[in-house]
Amino acid sequence: MFSKTPLEELPAIARQIRIDILTMLTHAGSGHTGGSLSAVEILTVLYFVKMRHDPSNPQWPERDRFVLSKGHAAPALYTVLARCGYFNHEALMTLRKMGSILQGHPDMNATPGVEISTGSLGQGLSIANGMALGLKLDKSSSRVYVLLGDGEVQEGQVWEAAMSAAHYKIDNLCALLDFNGLQIDGPVRKIMNIEPLPDKWSAFGWDVCQVNGHDPGAILDALHRAEKVKGKPSLIICETLKGKGISFFENKVEYHGVSPTDKELEEALKELCG
Amino acid sequence: MRVKAEGNKEAVKFLGTRNVYGEVLAALGDTYPQIVVLNADLSGSTQTELFHKKFPHRFFNMGIAEQDMIGTAAGFATVGKIPFVSTFAIFAAGKPWEQIRQSITNPGLNVKIVSTHGGITVGEDGASHQCLEDIGLMRILPHMVVIVPADGIETRKVMSAIVKYQGPVYVRLSRVKFPVIFDEGYEFKISKGTVVRAGTDVTIVATGLMVSHSLMAAELLEEEGIAAQVINISTIKPIDQELIINASRTTGAVVTAEEHSIIGGLGSAVAEVLSEHSPTPMRRIGIKDQSGTSGSTAELLERYQLNPQHIITAVREVLQQK
Repeated sequence: MFSKTPLEELPAIARQIRIDILTMLTHAGSGHTGGSLSAVEILTVLYFVKMRHDPSNPQWPERDRFVLSKGHAAPALYTVLARCGYFNHEALMTLRKMGSILQGHPDMNATPGVEISTGSLGQGLSIANGMALGLKLDKSSSRVYVLLGDGEVQEGQVWEAAMSAAHYKIDNLCALLDFNGLQIDGPVRKIMNIEPLPDKWSAFGWDVCQVNGHDPGAILDALHRAEKVKGKPSLIICETLKGKGISFFENKVEYHGVSPTDKELEEALKELCG
Repeated sequence: MRVKAEGNKEAVKFLGTRNVYGEVLAALGDTYPQIVVLNADLSGSTQTELFHKKFPHRFFNMGIAEQDMIGTAAGFATVGKIPFVSTFAIFAAGKPWEQIRQSITNPGLNVKIVSTHGGITVGEDGASHQCLEDIGLMRILPHMVVIVPADGIETRKVMSAIVKYQGPVYVRLSRVKFPVIFDEGYEFKISKGTVVRAGTDVTIVATGLMVSHSLMAAELLEEEGIAAQVINISTIKPIDQELIINASRTTGAVVTAEEHSIIGGLGSAVAEVLSEHSPTPMRRIGIKDQSGTSGSTAELLERYQLNPQHIITAVREVLQQK
């Protein structure tokens, strides 16, 4: 089993992961920068502290499961998996290339540690529900985590799944919402408003809390708290910044679906390493 | 005999494919504790209610939310369950098509989608509920096996076969009861077609209810001195290429018959095989690029030209081209 990393080491790991994400995206020449960077702390806390998993045995039956419903943040997930030891770090530079184990969006048959293929938005919560219900049938103590995008909750299927999770009292499930406020075409509030999120999810029967999605301690506390909630599913709304960590990417909708140029990478690495 | 003797004067028996499905699924639940059943508010119609009564904790009514149902089934499959998902064909194959593609067939997950109420014989409910496109929709998806049983006996055999098969499967069943054409000795194998009547002049390749209509057509054709071979293609994908190619070489003329659009279904699948390997004069019996409409089963089969006499007309036409 992966040994838990002390919380105080997470900022340095997160910085390294941001360097990896930007470098691999620049090398790939395409991909989703903003939404990968906003999810870094969430993924780091899950994989380095909270989840039970074993990179040397990705199919370990007692592992906790993670579903990246916002599949376009694949670079963040791949980097975290590589840093945990699921595959060689060098593989990151093959992102999006022909024959790579790192497909443009997560592919469970290509990448060790990827639990389910995603990429078409709106489907991950339903899948997480099925995993969690199946684990419950087996009386497993494993938990299921799923990361949703904020724009993603415009998909109707998310609300079908929100209903199901509450109806079946799926309390071995915890959803996290990367609330960075931007989608490809602009601010979520302007494109198709999804708020008030806490009220909506509470009304659907969920336990809801809201945290700073770049504060590892706050995320971890919320995850511990969610584990104690019984009889209903939990949602942690993580307030994040799209493009977090690089001043000229932060909160810029233009960097949703494009990779950095060589010059931008150089500047970004200066900021991260300086 | 695998097939009931031709000219057998015993009264024809009818069995509902969905009724058989419900019974067999409940029985398989004992042998396969990993089976879970998901339904979208149609457990009575799809007959999965029988499984529900027997294994309440392994039955999940997902409400009227088919996209969520498909995703949940995919999740079950990732933790080693064998999910059987059932609703009407249009809501099983149509409404959540992209969810099936993303979450089931692209990753190749072991989910069995067993739809009921396929085809025009849904009847009075009309166009919204008559699924004439599901075979095409499912056949186009990589890794998907597509099966349409010809009667209740074959449905039972199909169920036993697909539960052992690892990978996604779509099975289309019907609202109406089908005449029983197989006896209990019939052996079903995924991807194997069956010659259900021998003949040398023309081959009728049929699926589902149209297999019994084709057998009736062949009997009437015999009176005209035309010996029609009838082949049951229950596995539409992967299709039994060898059987179809050999048949076309023997008889030199092919008619396909299905209760589905002539675009994308059995007729298209057979045409794909023959045009590449053994170009043969062909006619396709099926819904001719139309929507459905309300009516009784009998009225609809006549209106959409799916009765034995329509098959006979197609046979006469294709024989002109030989």
